[in-house]
Amino acid sequence: MTEPQQQTVSVTARVKPVATGLSAGALYFLGDVVAIVGTEEAVTLIGDDATTKRVEVGAGGILCSASDGSRIALGCDDGQLVSVGADGATETLVTDTKRRWIDNVALHPDGAIAWSAGKTAFVRPPKGADKSLDVASTVGGLAFAPKGFRLAIAHYNGATLWFPNMAGAPETLEWKGSHLGVTFSPDGRFLVTSMHESALHGWRLVDAKHMRMTGYPGRVRSMQWTAGGKALATSGADCVILWPFVGKDGPMGKEPAMLAPLASRATIVACHPLSDILAVGYADGTVLMVRFDDGAEILARRSDGAAIAGLAWNGKGSRLAYVTEQGDAGLLTL
Amino acid sequence: MSVAASSDKIPVTVLTGYLGAGKTTLLNRILSENHGKKYAVIVNEFGEIGIDNDLVIGADEEVFEMNNGCICCTVRGDLVRIMEGLMKRKGKFDAIIVETTGLADPAPVAQTFFVDEDVQKNAKLDAVVTVADAKWLSDRLKDAPEAKNQIAFADVIVLNKTDLVSKPELAEVEARIRGINPYARLHRTERCKVALSDVLERNAFDLDRILEIEPEFLEADDHDHDHDHDHHHGHDHDHHHHHDHAHGGLKHYHDEDMHSVAIRTDEPLDPHRFMPWLQSLVQNEGQKILRSKGILSFKGDEQRYVFQGVHMMLEGDHQRPWTAGEKRESKVVFIGRELPEEAIREGFASCIAK
Repeated sequence: MTEPQQQTVSVTARVKPVATGLSAGALYFLGDVVAIVGTEEAVTLIGDDATTKRVEVGAGGILCSASDGSRIALGCDDGQLVSVGADGATETLVTDTKRRWIDNVALHPDGAIAWSAGKTAFVRPPKGADKSLDVASTVGGLAFAPKGFRLAIAHYNGATLWFPNMAGAPETLEWKGSHLGVTFSPDGRFLVTSMHESALHGWRLVDAKHMRMTGYPGRVRSMQWTAGGKALATSGADCVILWPFVGKDGPMGKEPAMLAPLASRATIVACHPLSDILAVGYADGTVLMVRFDDGAEILARRSDGAAIAGLAWNGKGSRLAYVTEQGDAGLLTL
Repeated sequence: MSVAASSDKIPVTVLTGYLGAGKTTLLNRILSENHGKKYAVIVNEFGEIGIDNDLVIGADEEVFEMNNGCICCTVRGDLVRIMEGLMKRKGKFDAIIVETTGLADPAPVAQTFFVDEDVQKNAKLDAVVTVADAKWLSDRLKDAPEAKNQIAFADVIVLNKTDLVSKPELAEVEARIRGINPYARLHRTERCKVALSDVLERNAFDLDRILEIEPEFLEADDHDHDHDHDHHHGHDHDHHHHHDHAHGGLKHYHDEDMHSVAIRTDEPLDPHRFMPWLQSLVQNEGQKILRSKGILSFKGDEQRYVFQGVHMMLEGDHQRPWTAGEKRESKVVFIGRELPEEAIREGFASCIAK
């Protein structure tokens, strides 16, 4: 970064703005439909012609969400787990008998769904009965393994790996502290958690070897694997931190790449599904697209103080969409 | 956008009290009274609240240690999560009440509001309110360290069930409370009948509201005590313990392990000595120090400096200019367990500007 900064290329003029009126929490592509998840009560679907449709999903707060590309699942503070399809069809999948908060949800590509309430993690296979597992403390995050029917459950002092269809005791990976988010590397070799402290923790699953990834000024709320799983892109700093995972030791002993430095905190990262490009949204409202190999940036949204709450590519990587916390969305076709 | 003004932050009241003291009674009173406000309530057990409220959330009191090598730096992880969830419904409630179990230490709850960036952005600790049972508190102070912690930590003490004790018994229990914590507001109640304005929106943790640090152990009596505070200046002022004499009709107790140390001086302090001393004091003795507070007059500084702390966590700032008629003096108070009083006094004295 010693060379003088070039004028950043801007595509802001090509972005189609859409106001949803929602206080927004997340954004997903369901095929060509953009689904914007409100922080409470509703989802807004935006068609590729930019028409909007509000879908009511309950009377309370929406605590968590996940998508498998064809539907979104929403965990709510009235104890309901609701799914919404691209056509706006809703289905109540689960009603917690004690009306507990549904704190976490994860979807498996084969149709299985996992959720948690308090210390209990549940799974519903595509066929067959629900199963549950109690862990030692409140569940912080859930993730399905890329292969096999296996669920990672983040909690205090580590994570538990559970094969719901097997009788044996689940395996526990230990690391002191509160683990809030969790993700498997796409090759299934590593598990990474985001912690309450401003750090990530990882384990190489073959031998449970620890990987500490520290140095963030803030908590990491967004992490996503780059195309092919070569690196893990994360928020939490005033740039995108990209941890390399190509070698057998993952990021150990290597320096992470730092892309798109800005005088604001990165809130959300979205990796392009096919190319070595990612999009990043900042707390000041900036959205940038960045190329890994040379750090070249393209501006997709100018800063205006409205923090970016949702950011995603469509499955083919031909469209990018974002939404601010105030519900102002933008659609960009490349 | 980035930093919410203090007034935009949602006030959080922490409600503690030993088992059976009447926490739930107070909570039901707060929720049922016609005050036009909506409270989100974080409870440790569902079902005890008789009020229908969709913003009652069950908590698990899960405490974890921060990975910063400090074992007293504990945080309620469940509160971090619940606060995050509640913020999705911002605007649907005016304030939050966190009820702890009877055996809980209030410190991790309070510390959650100091160390968590996101919690701090959206909410502010208002006060720790402790409900105490007039009949049984004296016994609990002897056999239950949790009860003592809750009294020591309190900003407001609701001394409940006063109808179940005689006048001398009441005087006895009040004196025992004051032996531990002479600074909390104390309200005598039956069935927790207390004005809500006395327990809610107290701003006890607001630096701007640290106006006076005076022992309040005589405030409920019916004669004038100003003379107790207006003489002796320039030397230590610690009449609320060490003595065991009758004073203003109340007995004075010195609790064996939980007590307060109050120091004042009208000589200006040297900030370059005081700040490092205070930092190292809370670093080294932070496990013993439950609460600390101070108003400081620094040499050559036209502004009052105020600080407060919970265990090892401190926050401080210039508050406002000293006013013309105001007496420029420094006052600090530490409430804690087995405080090294002599060392604290000597350390403080060494911070007086030469």
